[in-house]
Amino acid sequence: MQVIDARGLSCPQPVLLVKKAIDSNGDSEFKVLVDEMAAFENISTLARSSNWTVSHRRQGDSIEMTLRK
Amino acid sequence: MGSRTGVILTGLIIGILALVLTKFGNPPNMGVCIACFLRDTVGGLGLHKAKLVQYIRPEILGIIAGAFVVSLGTGEFRSKGGSSIVTRFVLGFLMMVGMLIFLGCPLRVALRLGAGDLNALIGFLGLFAGVGAGTYFLRSGFSLGKASVMPKWTGAVMPVLALVLIVLFFAVPSLFIFSAEGPGSQHAPALLSLAAGLIIGVMAQRSRFCMAGGIRDLLLFRNFNLILGFLVIILVTLAGSLLSGSFKLGFNAQPIAHTEAVWNFLGLALAGWCAALLGGCPLRQLVLTAQGNTDSAITVLGLVIGAAVAHRFSIAASAKGVPVFGQYAVVVGLVIVLAISIIPHFRSLSVRGSETHAGN
Repeated sequence: MQVIDARGLSCPQPVLLVKKAIDSNGDSEFKVLVDEMAAFENISTLARSSNWTVSHRRQGDSIEMTLRK
Repeated sequence: MGSRTGVILTGLIIGILALVLTKFGNPPNMGVCIACFLRDTVGGLGLHKAKLVQYIRPEILGIIAGAFVVSLGTGEFRSKGGSSIVTRFVLGFLMMVGMLIFLGCPLRVALRLGAGDLNALIGFLGLFAGVGAGTYFLRSGFSLGKASVMPKWTGAVMPVLALVLIVLFFAVPSLFIFSAEGPGSQHAPALLSLAAGLIIGVMAQRSRFCMAGGIRDLLLFRNFNLILGFLVIILVTLAGSLLSGSFKLGFNAQPIAHTEAVWNFLGLALAGWCAALLGGCPLRQLVLTAQGNTDSAITVLGLVIGAAVAHRFSIAASAKGVPVFGQYAVVVGLVIVLAISIIPHFRSLSVRGSETHAGN
């Protein structure tokens, strides 16, 4: 499964990376690692507006998000 | 993108607080302005000698303190940094130069627009173009790189410095310089300013409020959340200025503004471009600094030194217009930002080229 490591990137790069993955029509499921609540919220908003589901779990200082079509 | 309700609420509160602060003494159409207030604070510290714009603005310190405390409370405070710090400093510096040519940050664009100042409409078009240019390069893969996690105390340095400055400002005001006339002499009671700053800091941290981000999200994702904040501030200011009778539609004789359209446009184009590459407007940089982001702290230091240099070397505009050095600075600034935007592109091309060569 594709894993996008968006930790440490400034706004809006985490969302841009996820948008690219969503628009690529590739995997129907991928993971994203983020370390900012703002990035987490923005990715969730983008994914839901594209009809993807989002689940997540905390991993120390990071959040591992799983996006499914 | 922020949450829509949070952003609208933050816009509403910033708009109202700006009106209140102006009513109680802040300069006209300048209830809250991050660029102007950082510049005044730099002057208050004596780092530039422009006599009309020297005052430690408690709003700025309050914004940092408010966002610091709330991010500690929510567990969002995290020390990180180390991504292209010198480039960030330069972009912060140039962002300030652009804003001091227009005479205001993106927040003041909204305040000036709401009060009928049409020069700000030209400025807004420039801001839109600048953020658009930056967004284009972001979409093409521009990145300042990844920040890394740093020891917790390092992220607290700037917020603690702001707290110390608040204490000194109230306890030993004789340390600082206070303008006797001009915009620097116009200010609301210090405690009111501090309280307003604290509230804005808390709200902006929670809602991820960002004036440049509004334009960027609109262009990138067709997302209107952040730009709604911009609109709400304009509407609140419009309502307030109509009610108080201070609304004045037009270009001429607007408070703390000049009518040089080309420079209003290019100044904010420069600022908007920098803001897009940096990932946020000056207000957002203050908030991120407060939550431990040392990359943003470096950006704020770039803004600070930019303000000092702009006033030391006759770059900053005034109501009289844009000095010739200011015009040079904007053009040179735009060339530098263009170079910063495209150099990584060429580098990645050459890396790809050499890989191909090696493959052959």
